[in-house]
Amino acid sequence: MFTESWQSVGPSLDECIKCNICTAYCPVAAVTDRFPGPKYAGPQAQRFRENGQPHAPDRSVDYCSGCRVCNEVCPTGVKIAELNARARAQMVAEQGIPLRNRLLGRNELLGKLGSLAPRLANLGLHNHVSRVMAEKVVGIAREAPLPRFSEEGTFGSWMKRTAGERLRSDRKVVYFHGCATMYYEPFVGKATVVVLEHLGYEVIVPPQNCCGLPLLSNGEFGAARRYHEGNLHKLVPYAQQGYEIVGSSTSCTLTLKEEAPELLDMFDEESEELKLAVWDVFEWLRERYRQGELPTDFKPLPMVLPYHPPCQYRAHRVGRPAAELLALIPGLDVRVSTARCCGIAGTYGYKREKYQIGMDVGAELFEFVREQGREVRMTACDSETCRWQLEHGTGLPSRHPIEVLAAAYGLYDLERREPRGV
Amino acid sequence: MTRRLQTEILVIGGGATGVGIAWDAALRGFDVILVEKRDLTHGTTGRYHGLLHSGGRYVVKDPQSARECIAENRILRRTHPHCIEDTGGFFVVTPEDEGEYPDRFVQACAETGVPCEEIALREAFRREPLLNRRISRVFEVPDGAADSFLATHVTAQAARQAGARILTYHEVTGLLLRGPEGAREVVGARVEDLAGGETLEIHATMTINATGAWAGQIARMAGLTVEVIPGKGVMVAMNHRLVNTVINRCKMPADGDILVPIHTVSVIGTTDVRVPDPEHYGIEPWEVALMLAEGDKLVPGLSRARAVRAWAGVRPLYQEGYTGASREATRQFTLLDHARRDGVQGLLTIIGGKWTTFRLMAEKTVDKACEYLGTRQPCQTATTQVPGAEQGHYWLGHRLHEVEEHELHGDLVCECELVTRAMLENAVYRNPTLTLDDLRRDLRLGMGPCQGGFCTYRAVGILHEMRERAGEAGGEVDRSDWEVAYMQSPAHNRSLPPPSSLPLALSSPNLLLRDFLQERWKGVRPILWGRQLKQEMLDSLIYLSLMNVDHLPDAGLTSPMTAFYEQDAGDVGETEAGV
Ligand SMILES: Cc1cc2nc3c(=O)[nH]c(=O)nc-3n(C[C@H](O)[C@H](O)[C@H](O)COP(=O)(O)OP(=O)(O)OC[C@H]3O[C@@H](n4cnc5c(N)ncnc54)[C@H](O)[C@@H]3O)c2cc1C
Ligand code: SF4
Ligand code: SF4
Repeated sequence: MFTESWQSVGPSLDECIKCNICTAYCPVAAVTDRFPGPKYAGPQAQRFRENGQPHAPDRSVDYCSGCRVCNEVCPTGVKIAELNARARAQMVAEQGIPLRNRLLGRNELLGKLGSLAPRLANLGLHNHVSRVMAEKVVGIAREAPLPRFSEEGTFGSWMKRTAGERLRSDRKVVYFHGCATMYYEPFVGKATVVVLEHLGYEVIVPPQNCCGLPLLSNGEFGAARRYHEGNLHKLVPYAQQGYEIVGSSTSCTLTLKEEAPELLDMFDEESEELKLAVWDVFEWLRERYRQGELPTDFKPLPMVLPYHPPCQYRAHRVGRPAAELLALIPGLDVRVSTARCCGIAGTYGYKREKYQIGMDVGAELFEFVREQGREVRMTACDSETCRWQLEHGTGLPSRHPIEVLAAAYGLYDLERREPRGV
Repeated sequence: MTRRLQTEILVIGGGATGVGIAWDAALRGFDVILVEKRDLTHGTTGRYHGLLHSGGRYVVKDPQSARECIAENRILRRTHPHCIEDTGGFFVVTPEDEGEYPDRFVQACAETGVPCEEIALREAFRREPLLNRRISRVFEVPDGAADSFLATHVTAQAARQAGARILTYHEVTGLLLRGPEGAREVVGARVEDLAGGETLEIHATMTINATGAWAGQIARMAGLTVEVIPGKGVMVAMNHRLVNTVINRCKMPADGDILVPIHTVSVIGTTDVRVPDPEHYGIEPWEVALMLAEGDKLVPGLSRARAVRAWAGVRPLYQEGYTGASREATRQFTLLDHARRDGVQGLLTIIGGKWTTFRLMAEKTVDKACEYLGTRQPCQTATTQVPGAEQGHYWLGHRLHEVEEHELHGDLVCECELVTRAMLENAVYRNPTLTLDDLRRDLRLGMGPCQGGFCTYRAVGILHEMRERAGEAGGEVDRSDWEVAYMQSPAHNRSLPPPSSLPLALSSPNLLLRDFLQERWKGVRPILWGRQLKQEMLDSLIYLSLMNVDHLPDAGLTSPMTAFYEQDAGDVGETEAGV
């Protein structure tokens, strides 16, 4: 797989001036010798890859976590993380996909299955014996922070159940919840909905499917393309009617905006329309704030809150909107981490051979949290897998900033993770 | 003191042709010495386009050349497989090339035996996604990409193994003549050893002038006139492989009509302009602009991609009595038997041809020599594999794959072209090395996007260290166990103990540094804009500001190459524009 069009990531390798800044910053290269770093794996190795070689020449690129620290620091704009993702896709196309990566790539399917009998699924998955088995047979690290299926029903079932209580309004916004909210953490969706409604918006939750990111990061480009096409089909009509589409998962929104079109070379009009309509929820809320439309009837929330802006924000190029809005909450002492990455990077840290690397990468963040003092009760991060990793690495609960915001509006119980009065 | 050597055959010129002759003659049992004034492939062989011709280019215009090319193409794929990448080639009909040529081309391919198959456009675009979508027809031929540095080195190694002596940095300054006017005989040559500073007299029964574009200068030393048409061709290397198949325009051969993917770059070329001197010529802005504009017709947008370097080579074209435009001169080769032509015994001149036909040229030349020296054995080069052939064709990912398999990432000196420390040490200790440019030809050091920006100081640092350690352990490096054929292989090179004596290259690493920076600069200057300009800014900060290389010790020293590098490609006087 090489460059298919001049717009795509391939040609960006020409921008590299070999300065090594990316390698100096890459959190993975810093903790393991197995990964030679972004410059080597990206713009350099790319010159040795082509269509129809006897086999993919390199393997170490598989150790890139996709955190995009490199993209952020590169002074010339090389799309390093994307080059790496594509190289991995070529390896996958040749070598076939290990069962594990197929599983990890199919978050949505797993969610659907697990939600049929969530208690049983959790019991079955989250016990020592099956985790050892999972490590041996499919290579999912036994210690890795796998999520639990929601035992209170999916986000979809909550929306149905509470349909009568939902706000009706002329101002409408479309919500993209993503798989994790649907099956594992419906409370994030609930918090999002109550906040959006608090602003006076009616929340439309159209049918949607997985954004395809887990497939992209495991190199299954064909299947990812089908997912993205599915979302175009389902969501573009809303974009065309002028609705904005907000998402509470920074990685899903990034995929819809940029990753899918770029990696899959989909530069058609529909992808473009979708891209322009999609917002990260805090990016969108900050815009409301700037327009003077954000209610600021916050109740004090006296606590120290270490907050980790997830890696995907780098690629969104929107700054740190959640940190900006959380700072408005009286009493809340937000400590923004400068750690490069939590180490989980989507499904990276789940893999047996990468679990320790993920933990070593995350050490910087865990240390940061510890340094904030003993009174810290919880942390916050916008991205689900990062929260799970944070919890695993610090032993403290972690929340989505939208939950914190909802709590500050008095709409949400931050301990029980339930909207109040529902 | 003049040292005297004796041999049967003296070959002058260490390009593909000369080295091929040394190999052929040694295999036939002759005693052979080859002298080359610089490093092997310093001449046109090291500055060519990289195309293993299928013959397709010549089928209409020069059917004899086409037949030679396809025959030699098949042979070289067997004898030198590891020097060749089997890219395949397309002849494409762009909107400008329509008309009757494509059909004549197909017909002529059939007549000359060049395999040619029209393929579906869909298939062509699938294989080469960046190809101009307005191309209307595509023909596939067995072109390939060939590494002339490696091929020449391994052929020289094969010649050495057969007993030949190969002397680099040995310049012929005069021919040894005997006999009166009218019954003159060439009996060898006077040779300057540029590195050792000594003068040699090499006495030979037969002297073979294989100096390509310089052939006229050697002939003149015997009072003979050989009118070489020096046809300069400019090439521009783009930073990565825009295509993975050789792309030719399906039309009468002209400027800028071939794009060759070779190693990590794709090279668009060439022009054809007569120049007065094979060693000193410039690269004109119009030539670079023309290459990029023509390149856009094959791969739209090529001109906006990153160019890393431009260089030129000089075609050794020869046609007895010809004075026309160099593009029109024949691509066939000519063997001049000066005994017959001029009544001067003991001298043959072989000239013209292509890299692809070097083996055939060598065979014909040695056949002729046998007429004078007596035949010992028939030519064996068509069926003899050179060292390293067991590796099979090389492929683009070959080096990266080896670095990965053996986890050599930490040992890279040149990160762009994947040269490890051990590769560098082996080449320095075991190959006669006088400049870093020699190492570049051996290893591809400094040939990537940063054009030596990061590897030059690393390589020189290592040379300084090797110099410090030379003589320390006193281990004599065994030159014989070095497989030249594997010199480009990261996996096959292992770090060496320090040598007992100081190899040439180590006498002044600082001089090598200055020379190499100058040499790299020469090829970057003609394409100095955009990304490569950014790169050069960074490189100049590293060397001029951070390292202050203008004020290093040994500032007064010069090497045999210093003057050549310092002459700036952009500054050389106007050349006569081609037709
Ligand atoms: C721009 C260009 C592109 C080309 N592209 C291709 C291609 O794609 N495919 C292909 O098949 N062919 C190609 N050719 C043709 C091919 O490169 C040449 O035909 C071939 O390399 C000639 O080799 P040679 O050994 O005859 O000459 P050279 O390689 O020039 O060798 C002559 C050697 O003689 C040495 N010498 C000169 N004077 C002395 C002296 N006094 N004492 C000792 N040594 C001396 C020189 O230093 C030089 O190394 C190209 C040619 C040019 C110019
Ligand atoms: S994406 Fe992250 S892990 Fe991958 S190369 Fe870039 S900085 Fe390193
Ligand atoms: S930071 Fe960018 S320009 Fe510098 S080495 Fe990395 S990819 Fe190349």
